[in-house]
Order: sequence, then C-alpha cells, then structure tokens
Amino acid sequence: MIRLLQIEFIKLWNNRTSRILILTSFIFPFSILILSSIKIPFFGFFTLDLGKTGIFNVPIVWHISTFFIAFFKIFFAIVVVSMIGNEYSNRTIKQNLIDGLSKKEFVLSKFYFILTYALVSTLVVFVITFLIALFHSSYTEINLLFRGTEFVLAYFFKLVGFFSLCFFLGVLIKRSAFALGFLFISFIVEMILYAMFKWKWFNDQIADQIMQFFPFTSLWFLIDQPIQRVVAMSVPNKKDLIYDYAVHWHEVLIVIGWTALFVYLSYALLKKRDL
Amino acid sequence: METILSVHNLTKKFDFLTAVKNLSFDIEKGNVYGILGPNGSGKSTTLGIILNVVNRTHGEFSWFGGNTSTHEALKKVGAIIERPNFYPYMSAMQNLRLVCKIKEVPESKIQEKLELVGLWDRKDSKFRTYSLGMKQRLAIASALLNDPEILILDEPTNGLDPQGIHQIRQIIKKIAGQGTTILLASHLLDEVEKVCSHVVILRKGEKLYSGPVDGMLASYGFFELRTAQMEKLEDFLEKSASFGKITRENGTLTAYLKQEMDAEELNKLLFEKGLVLSHLVKRKESLEEQFLALTKNN
Repeated sequence: MIRLLQIEFIKLWNNRTSRILILTSFIFPFSILILSSIKIPFFGFFTLDLGKTGIFNVPIVWHISTFFIAFFKIFFAIVVVSMIGNEYSNRTIKQNLIDGLSKKEFVLSKFYFILTYALVSTLVVFVITFLIALFHSSYTEINLLFRGTEFVLAYFFKLVGFFSLCFFLGVLIKRSAFALGFLFISFIVEMILYAMFKWKWFNDQIADQIMQFFPFTSLWFLIDQPIQRVVAMSVPNKKDLIYDYAVHWHEVLIVIGWTALFVYLSYALLKKRDL
Repeated sequence: METILSVHNLTKKFDFLTAVKNLSFDIEKGNVYGILGPNGSGKSTTLGIILNVVNRTHGEFSWFGGNTSTHEALKKVGAIIERPNFYPYMSAMQNLRLVCKIKEVPESKIQEKLELVGLWDRKDSKFRTYSLGMKQRLAIASALLNDPEILILDEPTNGLDPQGIHQIRQIIKKIAGQGTTILLASHLLDEVEKVCSHVVILRKGEKLYSGPVDGMLASYGFFELRTAQMEKLEDFLEKSASFGKITRENGTLTAYLKQEMDAEELNKLLFEKGLVLSHLVKRKESLEEQFLALTKNN
C-alpha cells in the first residue's frame, strides 16, 4: 500500500498544476478561521462580527464549517479527473502496466491517494473547527466541545464519495475536460430530476426518499444545509423551520455503497479495455 | 534450455478483424529473436497481449514457466512499445525513480543505465524537452533498470534520423553482447538481420515461420558470375545437376545451387572447361530476399 501511494505521489507532486490545486484546497479552508476571528467595520455604519451571531458556537460550528469547506473539494476533483486524463493522453497508463503494475494496483494506487487526501483534508477541517470552537465557545468542558463531530465523519465520506465519482468519470471518458463537463452536466440533470420529483410529480417527502439514492443527492444529504438552522436560532417562532439536519447512518451507508460501486466499475472498465 | 516465454494458440479478434490467429512460439533464454512482418501483421498486438495491455480472445501464454502472474513476471522484463511514454512534466531522473518504484528495484541502477544510453548529463531536464532520439534512449534505459531477463523492443528505430538509428543499434548490440535475451519486432529486415539469431515471421496474424535465421529457406546459396563467354557459361550451368534457376542481369549471371558446392570447386571446374571468370561471388540470400520468397509462396 505504501508503494502504491508513493507511486501516485511521485506522479502528482511533480506536476505543478496538481501541486498548486492540492495546496490551494488546503489553504482555502483557513479563510473560515480568519473570518471567524475578525470584525469587519463597514465604514462606521455597523460592524460585522460573525462571532456575535453564534454560528461559531458548539455544536453548530461543526455543521457549518464542514458544510462550507466541503465546497473546496472541487479543487481536488480537478486533480482526480486530470490524473486519469493525463495517464491516457501521455499513454503512461500503458507504460505503467508494461513496467509491471497490474490494473488492480493502478486503480488502487489512485484510490489510496484519494483516501489519503480525504483523510488529511478531514484532519485539517477538524483542527480548524476545533480551534474556532475553542475560541468562541463558552463551554469549558471538553466533551461538550466535541458535540457535533459526527459532521466531520460525514465530511470524510462526502469527500471520498465525490472523488470516487470523479475517478469513475475520468476512467470512463479518458479526457479530463470532457469528464469535468460531464460531471457538471450530470449534476444539473440530477438537480432537474430532483426538482421534477419535488414539485411536478410527487411531493417533498417522496422526492427525498427516492433521490437519497442518487449519487449527488446522497452526498448532499450527508451534510444538510445549515442555513435554516442558523436562521432558526434568531427567530422566535421556530416551528416552520424545524428540519432534520442530523447525519444518519443510512446516509453514510448509501455513500459508501456508491464509492464501492464507482471504484469497482473503474476497475472493471479498465480490465475490459485494450490499451 | 530455459524457456522464458511460451505462447500457445494465441488469438485476438477486434470486431471483424482477426489480428492474431492461433499463434504459438517459444522464446529460449540467451537468443536474440526478431518478429518480422509487414505493417498490420499482428506484431504489436502480440506484444501487447504478452505485456498485459491487450486482452486476448483465447489461447494461452506463460512467462518463466508459468509460476508467476503476468504483472509480477513483467517486473523481470524490459519493454518498449511503439513510442516512448513518460510523464512529460517530470525529469528523466524523476521518471526513472517512478519506474524503480513500479518494478520494485533499488534506485542505485539509475546512474549506470543513464550513462549506458548517454543521457546522464541531461538527467534533470524535463522529458518534454528531449528530442525523439533521446526519448527513445531514455525508454531503453528505463527498460534496462531491472537488468531484465528479456528485453522487448517494438520498432525501436521508427522515426529516428540515421544517427539516432545507429545509436540505438549500437546499444542493442551492446546489450545482446551481454547475453540478454532480446525480442525485436520490426519490419526493417536489415535491422533484424544485423542482430537476430532467430526469427518469427507473421503475416495477417498467422505464423509463417519460426526458427533460426539460417534455416528459413532450405537454400544452399547462389553464385554471381561474370566471364567473357557468357553464352557458354550459361549453357554449361544449365546442364549441370548442381544448379537450379539461372538468371542473367546487367551482364552478371546468377546461378542458384541445388546442392552444396563451394566457390573454389566451381572455379576449378569452370577453368577445366576453358571458362575463365572475371567475377565470382558466393552468397546466401539476404533476409529480405528470404522473407519476400517466404511471404510470396504462402
């Protein structure tokens, strides 16, 4: 496993674009740390102090930071898609196999790298959020600080699931630009489908029940949007705003299912192909 | 003798086209093999199959007696297919480090192999800045990193300038001289003739011949003769039981032997008949002539 990781690391780290994208995806999340610690004065009219709104308090901060930082996954998604596209356009995939890498090892080396990246990224999110929580919380007990950390776990699976999807599209389409385009189009298609289920054919509940099994929606449901929860904090009559934002085990299971399927399909596709 | 590769009834079909048809041959340790055939005869497909990048339709092949999986066996093989494939944004050094990781060999060999192909000075230049000849030499260095039991080369001089071709040939000869088994696919016959001891000849995916280069045609060679009395010479040779086909071209008579006879014996015989030669050469058919003869007959 270490050998396969090293192989992928050499390939990606020596590529300037990949290196910049990976670093960027790690640096951007720190912006939320900065945002949480500064007060922005708007020309003396008022001062925007996000800390005052209570969004950096435990437990909601775990929800908010994982939700927003997850958007930065797009940087590494580009890396994932192009790491397959490049292997095809440089025909190095062929050379790798000739040199004695099996097709299984080829897929695994990339999947291990995805796992490692997701793990490091999760760690970064954990540290950032923990620092914010420590700074803003009135709680002093440690076990209360960790309330809500299930969102960090959900973040990990969300990343792995999404990158596996990108990986599969990369293998399927072989060209990075087309694969990214296809990723975007399939996202739109799924959104349209969701909207149709929700407002045209069925109602909210049935739409959610069906759509939770779709790839993008299953990832989306893993960490529900926290906006409603934030709004609910400052509204006296909360009845209309109550919704289920918790991380459910069946949501995680669906995403793990997609991950396994995407990785397996990538391998099966590669195995069947003549290079 | 130790068998390195054994191919048995290998077949590959692409939709309507059968690229390789029931191909069988063995590669023994220490020999230099050429795979010959016109373009599209299935050479590259055959190599693709044994190198794990093309799926066979049916048939078997086994490396080193069949005790290891193909990808494990390939770690003991060095191969270059078509054009050199490396990561363009990485230097020669970085690319070779990667190959070392894949083949699970120590990185200490890199310097030795880069020096062998004359690229040590350029080891830190990015692959994309290399000329085609340099890329091809890097590919050879890469294939040699594991001190392979067998080196497989597919059209190694394709697209190179004369200097590049010469350099690659020198390297191949050097490697062959060290006793490494080589499998060389080419349609350039003089290239194969210069280095190979054995050949496998393919046409349209089928094997026409496999064995030693000399044994391709049951031939005793031929004489090229010139004399002042050409008519008399031709007349004499036609009556002789030792000769078969006789042709005359540009004032030179070419007589093909039907049985063994050396030049001295013929010279003596003709002199006794009063025929004095101004030109006498005994030759074997070149590989090209043999190849053309073989592909025509079938």
